Amino acid sequence: MAEKTLHNYSINFGPQHPSAHGVLRLVLELDGEVVERADPHIGQLHRGTEKLIEYKTYLQAVPYFDRLDYVAPQNQEHAFALAVEKLLGIEVPPRAKYIRCLFAELGRIEKHLFSIGAGAMDVGAMTPMVWAFEPREIIIEFKERVSGARFHMNYFRPGGVAGDLPPGLLEDIGAWADRFMPFIDDIEQLLTENRIFKQRLVDIGRITREEAIEWGFTGPNLRASGVPWDLRKAQPYDAYADLEFDVPVGKTGDCYDRYLVRVEELRQAVRLVQQCVAKMPAGRWRVDDRKVVPPPRAEMKSSMEALIHHFKLYTEGFHVPAGETYTAVEAPVGEFGVYLVADGTNRPYRCKIRAPGFPHLQALNHLSKSHMLADVVAVIGSLDVVFGEIDR
Amino acid sequence: MAVNEDKDRKPAVDELAGIDEISELVSLALPHDVLSTEIKLGELEVRARAGAIVRVLTFLRDEVNCQFKMLIDLCGVDYPERENRFDVVYHLLSLSHNRRIRVKIETDEETPVPSVVAVFPVANWFEREVWDMYGVRFSGHPDLRRILTDYGFEGFPLRKDFPLTGFVEVRYDEDQKRVVYEPVRLTQEFRSFDFLSPWEGIPDEMGRLRRDGSEREQ
Repeated sequence: MAEKTLHNYSINFGPQHPSAHGVLRLVLELDGEVVERADPHIGQLHRGTEKLIEYKTYLQAVPYFDRLDYVAPQNQEHAFALAVEKLLGIEVPPRAKYIRCLFAELGRIEKHLFSIGAGAMDVGAMTPMVWAFEPREIIIEFKERVSGARFHMNYFRPGGVAGDLPPGLLEDIGAWADRFMPFIDDIEQLLTENRIFKQRLVDIGRITREEAIEWGFTGPNLRASGVPWDLRKAQPYDAYADLEFDVPVGKTGDCYDRYLVRVEELRQAVRLVQQCVAKMPAGRWRVDDRKVVPPPRAEMKSSMEALIHHFKLYTEGFHVPAGETYTAVEAPVGEFGVYLVADGTNRPYRCKIRAPGFPHLQALNHLSKSHMLADVVAVIGSLDVVFGEIDR
Repeated sequence: MAVNEDKDRKPAVDELAGIDEISELVSLALPHDVLSTEIKLGELEVRARAGAIVRVLTFLRDEVNCQFKMLIDLCGVDYPERENRFDVVYHLLSLSHNRRIRVKIETDEETPVPSVVAVFPVANWFEREVWDMYGVRFSGHPDLRRILTDYGFEGFPLRKDFPLTGFVEVRYDEDQKRVVYEPVRLTQEFRSFDFLSPWEGIPDEMGRLRRDGSEREQ
């Protein structure tokens, strides 16, 4: 019998594929059904955010951050606001800090609900996704009440937040948070001990502690590998130093642990929301500096100075003293950082966005090697990648 | 105006914890590779010789007092007026000591920078991105392809001399039944809104005014 040489089978996965979580194109080299190499081709959603920001004033740059990780937009704004405030050297009032933490944690709930639901749907469970959308919708309504926008809030501004909480909102969020706790148990009942779910996730896509660190993992994906690292604890910003919460840590670093860490983080995020509601200080919600934040609308009707300030802020914008900073927050996916270089004008000279999903996706080849084709989908789902931030 | 003024702001104690020692340690241990160290806004910045970047990062990763095990970010910055127009900036994080450090090197369009993929595997995509966006070459990189831009893209979009509108645009051509690339045609002239007031020519003028104002109030 003549000898035959066998070739690996290359398939193209995406960019239009329901499990690609957006627009991921994967070139997979398969040996039968076993993945030999996974080469992600990213950039299908590249919009040149960093270039655009260089041409905008600092205030105009804020909405671009909403459009990075569009599943939990406010957490990105948070990093930019903190970076600009660091360069300006201003400290926001306590109420602004608590409002930001409150909405950052609501964003975390929003994001984790989505990623747990979408991750479960990738491995065949439809119900959690459908269920998760109801509380997500409620959170989105809270966001709408405070900022006027359902998704892209443009609410965390340098110097505080755009507007105060409307009357009654805090009570509604508090009441909802209490009702939401049992919902997490419901989701867990569907998934955590589900035999099919465990068969698909346990021991799939394992990454050790050391590997997770050298591949630049952050957030839940790093913690699932057993590294107790959370920026909210290690380098607390805004009000996190005054709030109590636990950091869940996984053991094996497989897909199942990443899921478990996210579920526990949901509970901790609800705890944080409850504390923010209970401790919400009174007072101003932004700094009292007319060179950074606009004057109240009412004052503009009678004060010429206020009118000029308003005009100058929304045309020229404020100037940021020359300097540079790398400021990071613990976004739901991991460390979201902004490296901001200011040259003393009203526009950023350079604004590099460090998206947590970028290194996570890079490790996909490492994670899915010698797994089955169907496991690649489970790994992508558990890494919780969003292409808005990866492609920028 | 009740504003906490910044210029003379002392960084919080925990912000600075240990980074001044790291700064000293690095400049003592690698006197030929480290050009300068500086602490600005509570962040440590080290300027290094481009050729020695692998040695510097390996030292920072492995030295027992540094332990910067994680390369958080790697990016380029363009300063077209300089002779070496690009900065390549490495942000490292030490999980065990809870510290950050920024390492900077300079290069131009031609001179390649040694790749640090062997030190931090995560640098692979970051370096591809810097190549894609700025055209900085990395020597010894295993797979230096473009990453974010389109297949067949030309030019380096984040360079300061690359226009915001780009050079080509795409559309679906009904006759040819495919996507075609055409030179950018602007239906109106590109407007760059420059609201910089001429009477605030000194860059830090506003900061100074603000500081004076708050001092007056106190």
